Amino acid sequence: MARLELKNVTRRFGDFVAVDDVSLTIESGEFFTLLGPSGCGKTTILRMIAGFDLPDAGQILLDGQDLVDIPAEKRPIHTVFQSYALFPHLTVADNVAFPLKMAHRSREEIRSMMQEALERVRLAGKADAYPHELSGGEKQRVALARGLVNRPRLLLLDESLAALDAKLREEMQVELINLQRDVGITFVFVTHAQVEALALSHRIAVMNLGRVEQVDEPSRLYGFPRNRFVADFIGNINMIAAQVVESVHGHLRLTAAGLGEIVAPTLNGVTSGDKGVYAIRPEQVRIGMHGELTELKNHFEGTVHSLLYQGDVSVYRVRLANGATIEALLPNSAPGRAELFEAGDAVKVGWRHDAGMFLR
Amino acid sequence: MGNKTTIPSATRLTKWLVSGPPLLFLLLLVAAPGMITVLASFRYPGEFGGLAPLVAADPQTLQGVTLETYRFFFSDFIYAEVFVKSLFMALATTLICLLMAYPLALLIAHSPKKSRNLMVLLVVLPFTSNFLIGIYAWMIILGPQSALSQMLNGMLHLFGIAPVHLLFSPFAVLVALVYAHLPFMVLPLYTNLEKHDPALLDAAQDLGANAWQRFWRVTFPLSQPGIFAGSALVFIPVLGMFAIPELLGGTGDMLVGNLIKEQFLGTRDWPFGSTLSILLTVAVLLIVWLAVRLGGRGGRYA
Repeated sequence: MARLELKNVTRRFGDFVAVDDVSLTIESGEFFTLLGPSGCGKTTILRMIAGFDLPDAGQILLDGQDLVDIPAEKRPIHTVFQSYALFPHLTVADNVAFPLKMAHRSREEIRSMMQEALERVRLAGKADAYPHELSGGEKQRVALARGLVNRPRLLLLDESLAALDAKLREEMQVELINLQRDVGITFVFVTHAQVEALALSHRIAVMNLGRVEQVDEPSRLYGFPRNRFVADFIGNINMIAAQVVESVHGHLRLTAAGLGEIVAPTLNGVTSGDKGVYAIRPEQVRIGMHGELTELKNHFEGTVHSLLYQGDVSVYRVRLANGATIEALLPNSAPGRAELFEAGDAVKVGWRHDAGMFLR
Repeated sequence: MGNKTTIPSATRLTKWLVSGPPLLFLLLLVAAPGMITVLASFRYPGEFGGLAPLVAADPQTLQGVTLETYRFFFSDFIYAEVFVKSLFMALATTLICLLMAYPLALLIAHSPKKSRNLMVLLVVLPFTSNFLIGIYAWMIILGPQSALSQMLNGMLHLFGIAPVHLLFSPFAVLVALVYAHLPFMVLPLYTNLEKHDPALLDAAQDLGANAWQRFWRVTFPLSQPGIFAGSALVFIPVLGMFAIPELLGGTGDMLVGNLIKEQFLGTRDWPFGSTLSILLTVAVLLIVWLAVRLGGRGGRYA
C-alpha cells in the first residue's frame, strides 16, 4: 500500500515538453488512471514512476520518499507492459517466479508465492506452458501475476488491455477490478481508451499536451467536465458556440448560435460577455413528435437529418429550425424499426435545463 | 477439366525448376564425391598415387577391397592424436571467437540503426582482401624481427626469461585461426541479438534484475541459437583447415587437414587420405549431433 506523489514534475525531450509541471497525488489502494491521447505525456510519466526515465524538474515521492536516486530494479514498483514482455525462454511458472528470484526469496517462498499468484489469475494449470503456447488473454494474466507476485507497493499498467479483442477486454476489465480490490495494491493505469478508464478507475487524470486537464471520479469527469478538451475527449458531446448574457440566481443566461437564448447551470468565475460553448450530451437529448416535450425548458423544432442504427442504440442528427445540428442518442427499446424516426421526419428535441452546460 | 490437370502439373514443374539445380549441385558435388571417397577408403593405394586396380592380371600386385586403411589408422595412436589435437584447436578457436564476438555483436546490436550496417561492413571487411595475404601479414607481425616479438622478448629479458618464438608455434596457428573465422561468429550472433525485444530487458529490470542478471537470465539464453550457429560456422571449417597450420605452425602443429592433404599430395596414399576424410566427417557429425542434443532447447521458442 503506497501513496504516490508527483510534485511539479517536468520532462523535456529537446524543445518538446513531454510532461509540463504535473502535480498529482495517488492515494494508497487506489485504481488511478492516466488518460489522454497519444503524445499527451502519460507514458512518460509512467516511465518516470517505474524508473526508466528521470524528471528534469520536480519530485516523485513514494510514501514520502524521493525515488530519484533509486534505479528501476530497486523500486518496489512493477509494470505490466503493453506487449506483456513475457520471457519467451521461460515457462509460465518461471516467468512468474522471476521477480521472486531477483528478490532472493527462499525456494519454498518462491514456490508458494508463485503458486498463489497463478491461482489468483486462474492459470495454475498452465504453469509448465511457454508463453508462445498461450492465448492473448492468458498472456495478459501471466503478465499480471508476474507483476503482482512479489507484492510491489505500486503496479503500473501500460495500455495493458490494448492488445486484446473487444470481448476479452471486457472480461479482463472485470477481472482487473476484482484483482485490484483483492490485493489492495495501488494501481496506476495508462490508457488512451476512455471507456476502459471510466469502467476501471477510482479516479482519472485526463492529460493533454503534457498537462493535467482534470482529475476526478469517472462520473464527475463525464458529467462535469472542466473544459472543452475533457468534455470532448470523454464520450460524445454536442458543442455550440455560445456567449454569456448574464449570471443570475445560480443560472447562466446564454445566447447560443442557432439555439437562441438558453439557460445553463452556473459556472464559477463566469461573467457576462464570456465566450465559450454550450454543451449537451447526446443521451440527454430526447426526441418527440410535434407538440410533445413541452414540459422541458429547452425544446426546439427540427427535422431528422440522418440516423445511425447501432443495434442497442440509434444516433440521430437533428437539424433545428434555427440552424444548429444536435446529436441525440436513443435506446432502441422497442423491437424492429417500430419506434424509430426516419430521416426527414419533423420532430421536436428537448432536454432538461440542468443537463446542458457552459464550457470555456 | 483441362485447367484442373494443368495447374498441379505446372506447380510440379515449378517445384522441380526451383529445387532441381541445388539438388543437382548437391548430388554431383557432395553426394557423388562423398561416395567416391567412401569407396576409395576401402581400396589399396596405386603404385604412383591413385588407387590400385580392383582386378589385376598379375596376382603379385595389390588388388580388390580391404579394411587395411582403417586398421592402419587405429593401429597407431599418432593419427588419433592429431585428431584430438585438431579437436582441441577447433574448440579453442571457437571459444576465443565466441568470447571476442559476443561483446562486439552486442555493441553492434545496441548501436543506432543507422550505424549498424557500417559496423557489419567493417566486420566483413577482412574478406575483401585475399585470405593468404592476411596469413602472410601474420607471418610478418609474429616474425622474430617484428616490433611485437622484439617488445615481448625485451620484456621477458627483463624478468630473466629466455626469448620465445611467436611464429611457427601453436600460438601463431591459433591467432590466425581466430583472425580468419571471427566474422563467422559475429554475424549470426548479431543477427540473433538484433531481433531481441528491448521490452524484455525493461521488464527484467522492472522486476528487479540488475545489469548482470539481465544479461545472464535474458540476453544470453535467448542468444543460444546464435551461439550455436556461429560455433558451427567456426568449429567445422577449422577442423578441416590446413593452410594456416602449414604456413604458421611448427613441425609439431599438424592438424587433420594437413594430414589429409599430405596423404593426397605427399605420400600419395589416396585410400588412407580418404579414410581420414571419412573419419573427420563422422567426427564432425557426431559432435554436431551431441551439441544439438545438449543445447537443443535453443530452437524451441524461436
